[in-house]
Amino acid sequence: MNETLYNYTLHLADNALILAQRNSEWCGHGPVLEQDIAITNISLDLIGQARSLYQYAAELSNNIFSSTTGARTATEDTLAYLREGRAYKNCLLVEQPNGDWAQTILRQFFFSTCQFFLYQRLQRSADSTLAAIAEKSLKEVTYHVRWSSEWVIRLGDGTEESRNRLLNALDDLWPFTGEMFTPAGYETDAVNLGFGVDVKAIKPLWEQRVNEIFAEATLSSPITGSEGVWMQSGGKEGVHTEQLGFILAEMQSMQRTFPGCEW
Amino acid sequence: MSVQELEKIFLNKIEQEVKIEPKDWMPDAYRKTLIRQISQHAHSEIVGMLPEGNWISRAPSLKRKAILLAKVQDEAGHGLYLYSAAETLGTTREQTILDLHSGKAKYSSIFNYPTLTWGDIGAIGWLVDGAAILNQVMLCRTSYGPYARAMVRICKEESFHQRQGFDILMALSKGSPEQREMCQDAINRWWWPSLMMFGPHDGESTHSEQSTLWKIKRMSNDELRQKFVDMIAEQVKVLNMTLPDDKLKWNETTKHYDFGEINWTEFWNVVKGNGPCNKQRLDARRKAWDEGAWVREAASAHAAKRKMREEKKIA
Repeated sequence: MNETLYNYTLHLADNALILAQRNSEWCGHGPVLEQDIAITNISLDLIGQARSLYQYAAELSNNIFSSTTGARTATEDTLAYLREGRAYKNCLLVEQPNGDWAQTILRQFFFSTCQFFLYQRLQRSADSTLAAIAEKSLKEVTYHVRWSSEWVIRLGDGTEESRNRLLNALDDLWPFTGEMFTPAGYETDAVNLGFGVDVKAIKPLWEQRVNEIFAEATLSSPITGSEGVWMQSGGKEGVHTEQLGFILAEMQSMQRTFPGCEW
Repeated sequence: MSVQELEKIFLNKIEQEVKIEPKDWMPDAYRKTLIRQISQHAHSEIVGMLPEGNWISRAPSLKRKAILLAKVQDEAGHGLYLYSAAETLGTTREQTILDLHSGKAKYSSIFNYPTLTWGDIGAIGWLVDGAAILNQVMLCRTSYGPYARAMVRICKEESFHQRQGFDILMALSKGSPEQREMCQDAINRWWWPSLMMFGPHDGESTHSEQSTLWKIKRMSNDELRQKFVDMIAEQVKVLNMTLPDDKLKWNETTKHYDFGEINWTEFWNVVKGNGPCNKQRLDARRKAWDEGAWVREAASAHAAKRKMREEKKIA
């Protein structure tokens, strides 16, 4: 059970951290000052979630591994900074580049909407720590969904340029949405053990919400329009796009250059 | 009422320490001085996000990353308050920003220096924010109401910024030989530019005299600089580091630290645009603004459509 719980927790943490890292690239470069602040806020929320989850994963890891193998003590930072890309379990969607504002908004909307339904259910997890983290994070995620929904509507129902940019973003990102609802082995095990969320079950809810917001944005449903589009996958099992290597190379550079230091 | 009478009332308020408010009559030159100073201050917050933002993606721990991100975000917030304060004087945020991009408006030269190591993030918090706070504490009592009130909010957050900077350096100073070297090196590079933040000597400062009469400014450049040196010269001992000035010495007679002369050639060069990052910083701001144009247009186009629909509904 513990190893499943560990992998499941890491998966949730990696999603939050990698998207936080991506969003933080906007800090100081946003299109409007208020939105610079908003996207940075979302990044901060996600780092907070990632930290809670990594701290828990570290505790689990120390219980599972160190006692038997004498491996180094895990901390939130060893998990974030000293794992290779192949050990990262985030969805491919969150590692995709920021692109333009439309790309960033749509990535956030797709992810936050999924995370919202997932955390809503995770509040009832048999694992009380995960349930508590989900409950605490849900307020933040509710805001992320609202904020990104409003922007999808603004861009879709704004100017011709904003509409086209949003549609381009949709083309780029849509193939990465399927993975969110295709369970990895540890997710299926986690459901069976009573602490995980069945991602297949939240797919219809996600689709309904996406349809509603797209309709309000005066765009046609991306779901009905995309039958037959091939969905990429692999991130949850550590097989990523080429993006992740660069994200980690940058993010981990200090810890790799100066091993074993306190900061 | 004649201009002379209005001016008399205005000066009387200044004399009595009554704040000047947006709707009050004020001399044109007072208004212009404030617009120049407040917008310069706002731009400094916004451009100041760039050198520190440079290390967000590489912050060495998750805790440091979160703190740094929150700090840079605070600066965006300060920029907002200040742009709003400038707007109370009859300018628009857009015009103010365009003046920055055209080079007409200035920002603090300190942000034209590069952040080369993680130590620089500590040094900026400790030295640059430390110097800024001294100036800003004084501005909490400035004669223009909206500016003074914005400063009160800003000062509360700035003291947290300075502490986080010192805390970064503290961790480095207790760390490995490489970390200690990083700490000293950052202090060496940021010390003199921080002293320059207080501006030219009192005798050479063009706007100072009038600003002091109007109580916009309440302490002179050299007074503030001395206060800063006295403060930092003590704090650096806690870090077990040194300041790169062999003339720095406690003076028993003046009860202040003596210190060496600033390199004014460098100062004026950076002001004129020849600093290591002047071009890079302005380019980054212009790029964000230009690439954001379609986003701002979409937002206002949508707002207009929405308003029209609502009006139709009511009709």
